[in-house]
Amino acid sequence: MATILAVDDSASMRQMVSFTLKGAGYEVIDAVDGVDALNKAKQQAFNLVITDVNMPNMDGITLIAELRKLPNYKFTPLLMLTTESAPEKKQAGKAAGATGWIVKPFNPDQLLATVKKVIG
Amino acid sequence: MTIDMAQFHQVFFEESFEGLDIMESGLLDMEPGQADSEEINAIFRAAHSIKGGAGTFSFMDVANFTHVMETLLDEMRDGRRQVTAKAIDVLLKSVDVLRHMLTSCQDDEEIDQAAVAVQKAELERILSGSADDAGSAAQQETTVEAEAAPEIKAEERIVAWKIVFNPHDNILRTGNDPYRIIRELSELGDIEVQCDAAQLPEMEDYEVEDFYLSWEIKLNKAVEQQTINDIFDWVEDECDMAIVPITEGGSAAVVDTALPLAETSKPATGTQLQDETAQDEPAAALPAKPQPVAKAAKSGAAKGGGGSIRVDTAKIDSLINMVGELVITQSMLGMLGEGFNMSRVEKLIEGLGQLERHTRELQESVMQIRMLPISFTFSRFPRLVHDLSSKMGKSIELEMIGEDTEVDKTVIEKIGDPLVHLVRNSLDHGIEMPADRAAAGKPETGKIQLIASHKGGNIVIEIRDDGRGLNRDKILEKALEKGVISDAANLSDKQIYELIFEAGFSTADQVSDVSGRGVGMDVVRRNINELGGGIEIESDPGKGSAIIIRLPLTLAILDGQSINVGEETYIVPLVSIIESIQVRADMVNMVAGKGETFKLRDEYLPVIRLHEVFGIKNPKTTNISEGLLVVVEGDGSKCGLFVDDLLGQHQVVIKSLETNYKKVEGASGATILGDGSVALILDIPDLMRLAKKYQPAQFLKSA
Repeated sequence: MATILAVDDSASMRQMVSFTLKGAGYEVIDAVDGVDALNKAKQQAFNLVITDVNMPNMDGITLIAELRKLPNYKFTPLLMLTTESAPEKKQAGKAAGATGWIVKPFNPDQLLATVKKVIG
Repeated sequence: MTIDMAQFHQVFFEESFEGLDIMESGLLDMEPGQADSEEINAIFRAAHSIKGGAGTFSFMDVANFTHVMETLLDEMRDGRRQVTAKAIDVLLKSVDVLRHMLTSCQDDEEIDQAAVAVQKAELERILSGSADDAGSAAQQETTVEAEAAPEIKAEERIVAWKIVFNPHDNILRTGNDPYRIIRELSELGDIEVQCDAAQLPEMEDYEVEDFYLSWEIKLNKAVEQQTINDIFDWVEDECDMAIVPITEGGSAAVVDTALPLAETSKPATGTQLQDETAQDEPAAALPAKPQPVAKAAKSGAAKGGGGSIRVDTAKIDSLINMVGELVITQSMLGMLGEGFNMSRVEKLIEGLGQLERHTRELQESVMQIRMLPISFTFSRFPRLVHDLSSKMGKSIELEMIGEDTEVDKTVIEKIGDPLVHLVRNSLDHGIEMPADRAAAGKPETGKIQLIASHKGGNIVIEIRDDGRGLNRDKILEKALEKGVISDAANLSDKQIYELIFEAGFSTADQVSDVSGRGVGMDVVRRNINELGGGIEIESDPGKGSAIIIRLPLTLAILDGQSINVGEETYIVPLVSIIESIQVRADMVNMVAGKGETFKLRDEYLPVIRLHEVFGIKNPKTTNISEGLLVVVEGDGSKCGLFVDDLLGQHQVVIKSLETNYKKVEGASGATILGDGSVALILDIPDLMRLAKKYQPAQFLKSA
């Protein structure tokens, strides 16, 4: 089964995302910010990374740019969680190498539908 | 799948309150006119997280309100809006409103919509005023929407779509899979796909990471263009594409076009979602029972707010380590027990020693979990000092030292109010008006320090100010007037200062709305005593004063010395014992008004005979030279406890008397001894007060 890295500085969002995805049978590892995520991504291969954008230490867009530099993550789907009011964030994310985005607020069903779409 | 979102609410509230604290302290640190981008960013991030979470967990009022705050913060962050004192003030108030909103949500209560509307209007007024680049975010949004709007002329009847999809060679490097696009299109309806492989290079020029194919797709279904756009949303920049409507009669025969538009006009994903929820609802409604249960659980979690602690994983790891050690010791002892004989006694003793050591370590680790940094309590003071000093026209700088000092969670919860009272007192009575300070040759800005530190088995919290100090004569005068004391003779300065902790004492000439009517200091002392701690006061006239609070590190366990009087056993907290001595009868004198005292080096200390105070009928001895005097200290004064004997020292688990029985004068709690009997834990300051009541009688009797 696919393994997903879920990155968010908000504990409630992390819980919600992991709970939803684990419920659908995915394996989920979570990380609290970009730095944490990058370390974890280097130790283990993930099939998908879902990251929040606004985070301390390293934001989601920098994380995506850093991940794309790693040979293992050249083609890995990297999704960002972003708010509707930030179209410029989407652009910045794309420029950094993001695959796509999930618009906040989202509910578990929307999350799952998007993840299924990307990694089946 | 239905997921009960309520299970995440508690965590959401906790992190939101933390976020509010970050916002508040950040706002307080912000200086008008200058924008420290890191600081604003942290505040913005906190607001952003609360908004995101609130939206996700369906607290729409909170999300909407936070959105307005976020917009303002965003403009400040980008330098599009000046950081004015007014804006900071409005944001601070908004933090308060938001805190109320979240508390209401947490307690399942109605949000005070009026207050929210007022504050929102305040925010919007700032947002609309002096627009450096007002509403640009909003504008952007509308343009985006306008762009995305379908460009079909209404009168033409679309029956199908022709889509040209030519991915750029880098599309794979964004993690996007072109086949996903085609797969999703196929989910909308019947598709005809033609692949164009003309761009495929010769084998030797082939770059495996590049993408060379393109497609022409015909979607035989009259969906809205937006639905198709949505599918291409992520790859717009990584491909060339064209989406061309095929209208009725405009193209070659499309057989199944008779579908009325209305039926399929909704975006496919949306329809799916709605269907799923529609299915879920009746399913959830059918079993009638689970629902109320879930609701009760939810409100239970909400009401029990603050019931959870976030714990550093390192602490848990060490705990697990300890348990591992304990299990090993246990199995070792188990093996020893099989075929035990006296030759193995030494091994057994060694094993038991190990068990004791591990148990103690485990206990310390568990205690560690309850420990939180005092910054949880201190964090409210910058705001308090900021608000009150501006209200009183005083200029005050607050310095906090030792915020990382860890204390028991119960202390964190209970020490807040007493500290607020003390800081208010310093603000109100301690620090002078700027003009007075200047006249006294002091800097106009007063200074209040909050200092936390560990000293021995105690945590010490000090509130120091460089104000005018306590007025010794005024306190004496007041104390006599109010009848707190009857005689001012032979009271040391320190004892006079401590009078302010007596009930019904107030020296403020005018009662101010800041520190109130002086009902507080005795309550403050009582609160601190209830936490097993003591309070002391120091003052240097004209230079400032200091209140020093000593609290035990933990409230659950205590290092105690057990003593006995008659058949009773009592526990004296080890930290309050100075020494234990045997005295000769001639060392003890009767002093008028003070009762029995004995001289210890240069001090005369009162003797408290425990058997008298607690009314024990058959003490081993009433002759002072036959028993022991345990010299103890509490609240800055010392005394000697007359007891029969010292027993042993051990750690005792504190059980509350109030919850299990009732408050007992002179005792702070009880514990269960190894033999199963109950022993009272002595509360030294309380005991001294109690003894004072007995002294006149004792004096009469002995005289």
